[in-house]
Amino acid sequence: MTNAPRPTTRFRGRAWLFGPDISTDMLSPGQYVHDPVEIRLRHVLEAARPEFASQVRPGDIVVAGTNFGCGSSRESAPQHLKDLGVALVVADSFARIFSRNAIALGLPVLACSGVSTTVNDHEIVEVDVVEGQVTVGDGRALLHADRIPAQMLDVLGHGGIEPMLLALGRKKE
Amino acid sequence: MAANEEVEPEQMGRSPRGAPRRMTAAETILARAAGVDRVVPGEYVVARIDAMMMHDIFAADVLGMLETAGIEQLDDPSRATVVFDHMVPAPSVAAAEHQAKARQLVRRYGIEAFFEIGRGICHQVMVEEDRVRPGDLVVGTDSHTTTYGALGAAGCGIGSSEMAYALATGELWFKVPETVLVRLEGRFAPAVAAKDLVLFLLRQIGSSEAQYRSVEHAGPGADSLSLAERMTVANMGVEMGAKFSLFPAAGATAAHEATGYAAVHEVDLATLSPQVAVPHHVENVVDVEEVAGLRLDQVFLGSCTNGRIEDLREAAAILRGRKIAPGLRLIVTPASSTVYRQAAEEGLLGDLSSAGAIIEGPGCGPCFGGHLGLLAAGERCLGTHNRNFRGRMGSPEGEIYLASPATAAASALAGAIADPRELAATGRRQEVAK
Ligand code: SF4
Repeated sequence: MTNAPRPTTRFRGRAWLFGPDISTDMLSPGQYVHDPVEIRLRHVLEAARPEFASQVRPGDIVVAGTNFGCGSSRESAPQHLKDLGVALVVADSFARIFSRNAIALGLPVLACSGVSTTVNDHEIVEVDVVEGQVTVGDGRALLHADRIPAQMLDVLGHGGIEPMLLALGRKKE
Repeated sequence: MAANEEVEPEQMGRSPRGAPRRMTAAETILARAAGVDRVVPGEYVVARIDAMMMHDIFAADVLGMLETAGIEQLDDPSRATVVFDHMVPAPSVAAAEHQAKARQLVRRYGIEAFFEIGRGICHQVMVEEDRVRPGDLVVGTDSHTTTYGALGAAGCGIGSSEMAYALATGELWFKVPETVLVRLEGRFAPAVAAKDLVLFLLRQIGSSEAQYRSVEHAGPGADSLSLAERMTVANMGVEMGAKFSLFPAAGATAAHEATGYAAVHEVDLATLSPQVAVPHHVENVVDVEEVAGLRLDQVFLGSCTNGRIEDLREAAAILRGRKIAPGLRLIVTPASSTVYRQAAEEGLLGDLSSAGAIIEGPGCGPCFGGHLGLLAAGERCLGTHNRNFRGRMGSPEGEIYLASPATAAASALAGAIADPRELAATGRRQEVAK
């Protein structure tokens, strides 16, 4: 797991603000699990903000309260955010499985206590995941976040686990 | 009722006398699996996995990812188990095709421990089929993999990509968690059950203190719990945010030697009363009295939390010879084919059916909102399962309440949320003020 290319570590984008306890049931509702992706994407977070799925733009940043991604282990939850073009998720805190899954898919997640009460909806946010820094609204506020551990930066650097497996498969040939 | 001492972080690696402290259950298992003598909280280790479990929702994705990557063989197919339990029998062509693909890949990768539709809910089947042993490190593509903590195994949920990696290499990285000790004393009062304990813990501890941590249950109260009761408690450990929820072998945690814990809680089981989680979060737990009388459209008895024979007996004892309230739907889903057959032999299925229940085949049933009993907007359901998030059982406008099998049965009779202790006391059908 070495020699990974360096992942993108700095982001600038428009924030979508959510409260605490956004569950994987909201991110990826159970009744659509076998529907085609286009249909599933339409229902992402509809229970929290019905307009999100249709209005989110590539490069946008999801900002949320505590315990983001709580609930089941479905990887479709971070995958859907990635498919909708969300650049990263910054939350006061994350549920364990969600943050592992997000990293495994190459979607950066940064825990930053207080972020959801500082950032306004649709405000521009700048994030440096290596330094663990969140700059809000062109410098209106500066927050310090947990740094992403080296092992996880390594996975992000590969673009997630799938490319790592591909490398493994090639090696075994 | 619950004491909470925060322990200074500096003390965590040492006992008061300065000698290295005894490791917690989670640390012991991770150290063994990582092949090292000691681990400390916060450290990352690469550990060898003893058992890996996948169910029908993710098996095809996981194994398909390996196929796409050109991985010819699993590291050790005998450590893998596949159970079809979520969308069974297939409710749509899409699910049927997904399952057909998974069956083909299960054969291709030589996974012999494959359990077809109707065998039961993955976690119940893993325990019944002896696929998990005490002290094992287990991962599953399901968040309720914490259930194996009932056996003293460290189980946690992971996603499909990580499972693919674990199957290919036999290993995965883990952050060694801090441990929260829950010391249990006493025995349950009548009509109070393990579900009430775990709901009470969610109420007291919430879902942030235990985040990323291992919850370890110990003390005489823990030793007195049956395997079924431990499974109920360990199952909902994940609702507390916990990575593992463990019942170490009796006496393994010296209750007096409480060093190395991030926090310690004490609960006397005898002081507990029936608890109900109200919408839309599992931490929103109240005493049953606070919501008694609230009209219900549906009651669900089942899931990996409370679909075992003990749970069906509890409910049947209340429903036997009676009828559920008019206008209410009672859905019963036994957790496995073993539970189903035993319930049939004991006459419980007949009792429940005569009371007005629909008995579904073994599996997850409506628990996760896939099929077999979804809610319409404005409908209210009380279930014995583990999650009441908005949209979990169908319409985001539906409401889900969570409680014990006894509370579920009493509520089915009343047509409204009811206190099972009153029923136990009077022994007759309770009239609920509308
Ligand atoms: S019964 Fe419910 S919680 Fe348990 S594995 Fe099935 S869907 Fe998940």
